[in-house]
Amino acid sequence: MTPGGWCCTRDGCTSMSRIDHGPLVDLGRERPQVPARARNMSPIVPRGSIAGSALVAVVAIMTFLASITTGTVLLVSASAAEWQSEVASEITIQVRPTPGRDLDRDATAVADAVRAQSGILDVRPFSREESAKLLEPWLGSGLSLDDLPVPRVLVARVQPGSAIDLEMLRRRVTQAAPSASVDDHRAWIERMRSMTGATVVAGIGILMLVIVATIISVSFATRGAMAANRPIVEVLHFVGAGDRYIANRFLRHFLRLGLEGGVIGGGIAMLVFGFSESIANWFSGTPVGDQFAALLGTFSLRPSGYLILAVQAVVIAAITAWASRRTLFATLNDIE
Amino acid sequence: MVRFENVGLRYGLGPEILRDLSFAIPAHSFQFLTGPSGAGKTSLLRLLFLSLRPTRGLVNLFGNDVSLLSKDQVADLRKRIGIVLQDFRLLDHMTTYENVALPFRVMGREESSYRKEVIDLLKWVGLGERMDALPPVLSGGEKQRAAIARAVISRPLLLLADEPTGNVDPTLGRRLLRLFIELNKSGTAVVIATHDMTLMDQYDARRLVLHEGRLHIYE
Repeated sequence: MTPGGWCCTRDGCTSMSRIDHGPLVDLGRERPQVPARARNMSPIVPRGSIAGSALVAVVAIMTFLASITTGTVLLVSASAAEWQSEVASEITIQVRPTPGRDLDRDATAVADAVRAQSGILDVRPFSREESAKLLEPWLGSGLSLDDLPVPRVLVARVQPGSAIDLEMLRRRVTQAAPSASVDDHRAWIERMRSMTGATVVAGIGILMLVIVATIISVSFATRGAMAANRPIVEVLHFVGAGDRYIANRFLRHFLRLGLEGGVIGGGIAMLVFGFSESIANWFSGTPVGDQFAALLGTFSLRPSGYLILAVQAVVIAAITAWASRRTLFATLNDIE
Repeated sequence: MVRFENVGLRYGLGPEILRDLSFAIPAHSFQFLTGPSGAGKTSLLRLLFLSLRPTRGLVNLFGNDVSLLSKDQVADLRKRIGIVLQDFRLLDHMTTYENVALPFRVMGREESSYRKEVIDLLKWVGLGERMDALPPVLSGGEKQRAAIARAVISRPLLLLADEPTGNVDPTLGRRLLRLFIELNKSGTAVVIATHDMTLMDQYDARRLVLHEGRLHIYE
């Protein structure tokens, strides 16, 4: 019996004044030996009561798809930027054969005129043999250019960062050879830019769809888990637990499931990109391999790309937790 | 402590099952709530526990108009109320000890601070040997005692019990009644819903009798 408390024994109860933290009952000689170490308490929401594997699989698949999409967009953007800088650093001049004019002399005059333009680093005229080589894939080998009106091509390298006065260059070139034309590849670059932009927009669209699908899947999974655990929620309400307390017990599970899914999906996607270079090497020399190499370069993501994929996996895990929290509170409102 | 004024309750569009209830439950009071099966005893207990809202009338609990309470405020008020339901509502994945300790855990208390108190109470209600058992292997009477222990462990200001001695033998029934009486003497207002006349005859207390949706009070 504790002074100031109240007690009951097997023979009856004795009225005592109430205190808040005294023992509720006194067993006298029957008082048990209380173990000194703390018990391992069961989790309030058992891990097995939430259908976790299905949710982990959904989040992993969604994260994988999102990572592949993002990685592909990063690859295409990096390759396109590389092509653009390469193409933009060159200007091509064509000198067409005209009756009564010496094509070689015109080409030399044009080369001199271009060299005189400020911002030009170097001019390289393609020889007759090199021009024939360029046409070989279409016209075959052993071609005699004397029989064909093939223009002579000059490639000028532009100093990086310098703004070439194209109008002046065109005037100079046409003064040297009236049949010559200057191509700064602007149309090609514009097409490249729009293609890259379309790829990025499509990638963002796919990402949005993946995120929406993730939110919907997680919401359904949360509702299912809450329905399965309704008796637990009701008991927690009975003992005075608020919605925030209950939601936090569930939220831990969903955050862990989201992180597991994110790590699995994001990790597999990173491995795919990591091994893609090796895979691309197996295909090198084949027509398909060469086309892909021409389009996407080496297939390898930069370290910043992997960082973006890792951040994306964490964001998807956070979205999972957020969607589940939102659904949890909505569902808790319906349970008294 | 509790005040009902012209309270009515209906489920959905059905008939009114509780009509014009006006009564008070003072602090430190002890009362039996009785009436035939289906009279609405459990519904009235649920109104007192705030798991139902009245369709009309005023319910005032601990000085609060319950129609104005937010969910968080309801949760706070429930910490002052202990409830024993007919179907016990124990968590099957937790041991008897953990079920009884649940109110303390929800309050955020350290396990070491309440361990002795929980074990003492479990011993007293005859569950000392069953504290590590899971509810699915407990008998009906053992579950009932565990549910009662969980309701009283935090010494609520108001204890609501729905047929608390329905599954125990008369000796244990008397012992549980003594626990309720002692809890009442220490300051808890007690409402025991029962139609066990033997139980009511053992203690001279106020009787609230529900009949055809109306409440008759015998002081």
